[in-house]
Amino acid sequence: MNPPKHTFAEGLRDGLPIFLGYVSVAFAFGISATGQGLTVWQVVLISMTNVTSAGQLAGVPLIAAGAPLTEIGLTQLIINLRYALMSVSLSQKLDMDVRLGDRFVISFVNTDEVFAVASGKAGQVGRAYLYGLILPPYFGWAAGTFVGAVAGNILPAFLISALGIAIYGMFIAIILPPSRTSGAVLGAVLTAAGLSCLIYYTPLSISSGFSIIICTVVTSALLALIKPLPEEERTHG
Amino acid sequence: MADTPRFLLCLLVMAGVTYLIRMLPLVCFRKPIRSRFARSFLHYVPYAALSAMTFPAIFYATSSPLSAAAGLLTALLLAYRSCSLISVAAGACGTVLLCEWAMRLLA
Repeated sequence: MNPPKHTFAEGLRDGLPIFLGYVSVAFAFGISATGQGLTVWQVVLISMTNVTSAGQLAGVPLIAAGAPLTEIGLTQLIINLRYALMSVSLSQKLDMDVRLGDRFVISFVNTDEVFAVASGKAGQVGRAYLYGLILPPYFGWAAGTFVGAVAGNILPAFLISALGIAIYGMFIAIILPPSRTSGAVLGAVLTAAGLSCLIYYTPLSISSGFSIIICTVVTSALLALIKPLPEEERTHG
Repeated sequence: MADTPRFLLCLLVMAGVTYLIRMLPLVCFRKPIRSRFARSFLHYVPYAALSAMTFPAIFYATSSPLSAAAGLLTALLLAYRSCSLISVAAGACGTVLLCEWAMRLLA
């Protein structure tokens, strides 16, 4: 062992900022989902089994509207496709002590933020560190959802209205900083927003789920053709 | 609203698809993706998806498109200054709160 191994405690420490971020976002998700007619246990169950903000936010209106299962599955596939690349990338970063069984568990909580933190560590990451890293985000996500789902039923309307924008604020915080430094990312953001508005405001009967699929696939394919990544660059999703 | 069996079926599809996407590459893939197009496509997916989900939905996320627009402006300003996810979300919420309070006073 040349470099010292990243410990379980170090993982927990690195997972804490993600925990804090997830509590507030999950809180907003809990409010939003119960507001669309789902029960508290349904909403908490979604968070405990999916652990993905964008996918859950897109999935709940589809469940509430009684959308076909194919549409629900396809929406998750398109929105969460980026995790495939992250998992491929993470598989290159794993220490020898990460066994096959560990991979089944760790991949369950391989979110954007968990992947970002794990990728940023020096050298390989072992099983102890990874279990420490995924614990705080997972419980923050589940607990935040529960509190939001319960409080959403007792909070006054003006507070619910204000918190309704929280998750979109977070999305803007994710997409705007890279748009400042990358013209291609800015192009993707503007193209997708434009397409989405176009579909929304024209009298086409396209559901929100398929709208997201269309906008994402068209935009990503377009940008991949116009502005492909450099040949050797390692991507981080 | 969905009844329980229908809900559990939806849950199974959502969670199953999401888990398989994350699990299969981590279990199967041992070499990085070589296709330049596939890597580039996947690189743009989160930005395109989040943007398509935010616009125009953000304008209907609060009780008035006006307060939502104010919240959006705040979020853009804070995100432009690279504030944390929590700060941007909280700033947008606070602006909506203030804006709707002012609108009630004027109404």
